Amino acid sequence: MKRGGLAALAPFLWLTLFVAIPFLLVAKLSLSDTALAMPPYAPRLDWSAGWAGIRRFLAALDFETYARLTGDRLYIDAYLSSLRLAAIGSGLLLLIGYPMAYGISRCPPAVRNALVMAVILPFWTSFLIRIYAWIAILKPAGLLNAALAMLGLPEQHILNTEAAVILGLVYAYLPFMVLPIYAVLARQDESLVEAAQDLGATPTRAFWQVTFPLSVPGAAAGALLCFIPMAGEFVIPDLLGGSETLMLGRVIWTEFFANRDWPAASAVAMVLLVSLTLPILLFERMQARSSKQDGAAG
Amino acid sequence: MGGVRTSFAPWEDPGATPLVRYAGVSKGFGSVSAVSDVSLDIYPGEFFALLGPSGCGKTTLMRMLAGFETPDAGRITLDGRDLGEAPPHQRPIHMMFQAYALFPHLTVAQNVAFGLHRQGLAKAVIADRVAEMLALVKLDGLGGRKPDQLSGGQRQRVALARALAPQPRLLLLDEPLAALDRKLREETQFELMDLQQRLGMTFMIVTHDQDEAMVLADRIAVMNQGRIVQIGRPADIYEAPADRYVAGFVGDINLFEGRVESAKRGRVRLGSAEGAFEAEGVADPGAQAWIAVRPEKIQIHTGRAPRAVNRLEGRILDYGYLGDWTTYLIETTSGQIVRAARANATRASDRPLDCGDAVWLTFPPEGAVVLTR
Repeated sequence: MKRGGLAALAPFLWLTLFVAIPFLLVAKLSLSDTALAMPPYAPRLDWSAGWAGIRRFLAALDFETYARLTGDRLYIDAYLSSLRLAAIGSGLLLLIGYPMAYGISRCPPAVRNALVMAVILPFWTSFLIRIYAWIAILKPAGLLNAALAMLGLPEQHILNTEAAVILGLVYAYLPFMVLPIYAVLARQDESLVEAAQDLGATPTRAFWQVTFPLSVPGAAAGALLCFIPMAGEFVIPDLLGGSETLMLGRVIWTEFFANRDWPAASAVAMVLLVSLTLPILLFERMQARSSKQDGAAG
Repeated sequence: MGGVRTSFAPWEDPGATPLVRYAGVSKGFGSVSAVSDVSLDIYPGEFFALLGPSGCGKTTLMRMLAGFETPDAGRITLDGRDLGEAPPHQRPIHMMFQAYALFPHLTVAQNVAFGLHRQGLAKAVIADRVAEMLALVKLDGLGGRKPDQLSGGQRQRVALARALAPQPRLLLLDEPLAALDRKLREETQFELMDLQQRLGMTFMIVTHDQDEAMVLADRIAVMNQGRIVQIGRPADIYEAPADRYVAGFVGDINLFEGRVESAKRGRVRLGSAEGAFEAEGVADPGAQAWIAVRPEKIQIHTGRAPRAVNRLEGRILDYGYLGDWTTYLIETTSGQIVRAARANATRASDRPLDCGDAVWLTFPPEGAVVLTR
């Protein structure tokens, strides 16, 4: 075996243990039926029966749960609402994160590093604590309303609304948007913008014709890094969105823990997973194409 | 090249109006002074070179003309009009960047068309002009390629075409050949000269490479520590350097330090540790001065002492065979190392000299100059 061969095996081992096997378990669960048993699903694989047992087990698997999902408005609504909130969140993050990343990349190097640190700094505190802090800010008698009252402005009820969820999503995922965009912008050759200006482009034009198009891969990476986990987000809608917000993360939780409908929870998870793989594949294709172009350089 | 355009010397004509004039221009970055009190005229149709080591201020001087830096003091005028703080995009001056700065997301044709679009020309006009420019730099048919699908030499041509396409009043070239290998660099040098003369445009090049400046430029400004030390034709700079810095930066030089014994009719006699030497120039008797001789102007003799005004005795320390030339290092009796070059006019038989050989060196007074700084 080649040197480093064992090390190359490590990621495969990891992916098998923590991605492939769990994925197969969930996929199997989603094809099962609920049962009054412990654990609450059927069929169970009967190893003692040998081949016949396996065949009986496979025969009992079906797509009935998926059919049930399509028939129930609740699931479809939750699915669409998840995608919608993730899309709104990603859009806002692009609008906020791009200018931030651009601003940081134009600073002198020392300031730049300090600002990047500041963007990452919130990770030093527990995610949960930071979301709880938002509850303290947004709750009816919270900091926000105290501040508004001091300014003589009307009280706002944001907690337990979709707005609070979007706020929480944007707040929590901002670094995932800023960092990839910043990485691309900081690497960009400054003389490209100078060349554009030298050839008669105003600074604004130079930005839109040179800086921006060259930073699209960073923005796309940031949008994916935010959109995918946001679509499956559970903690933020649960804590900030109250009962009003319908997101798939919560549906899965409810099916699993409240309704003890493991097949339904698994099926919802599978649908989410498959639909989120699509943008990843698209992104990979895009990356592969651009790196193929780079590779063609003599 | 001087030989081709002997009649071209607008800087000697008091009635000629310069295209670009730097008047007392200074620029500092923080506490560091990059350019101090530079005054300089560049005439229409001239190929002008700023030559100096890195950090001498030549790039800053050029970037001020392009509008990327603003002078702290002094004025830069184009066609007699003060450029002031006009931003780069409003100046009819284009630059060819050192690493070319081609837009990687645009095709070759789109790169060349970039400046034309900013001029608001019609699509058909732009297409024609792009085709014309690509033909000019011999890149016909490569318009659809992306910059990363081109070789280094081709990228250089695209950068040139892109900067030339909008027909600037002045083209700035920042170390345009630095990224090319030697063979390609030589070819490109001649193409650049040819192009400049055919278009009748004014080029200003920044380079640290003396050979490049000598071959390309009508005039060279040699810079050191933010100041211009000498401006002149390549031959003037080489044969009559203003001071020891210029003499040493442009080509190799041998310097003999001493006191001026006598000076009359453009001939100076200097007493040095190597003996007395005569050279052309002007100096005050009794003053400290240096006799400067280029290696190729020193003859090497074996055997008995030759009869010559300027002669030195020494021993060959080492030599470097360069193919066309051989450079010898000779240690004189007083311990100074002298460089002498000999053209290899015939094949191996022309090299009877070897390390350790005792030799005599001579040089004619008209082959040497006196430097007082």
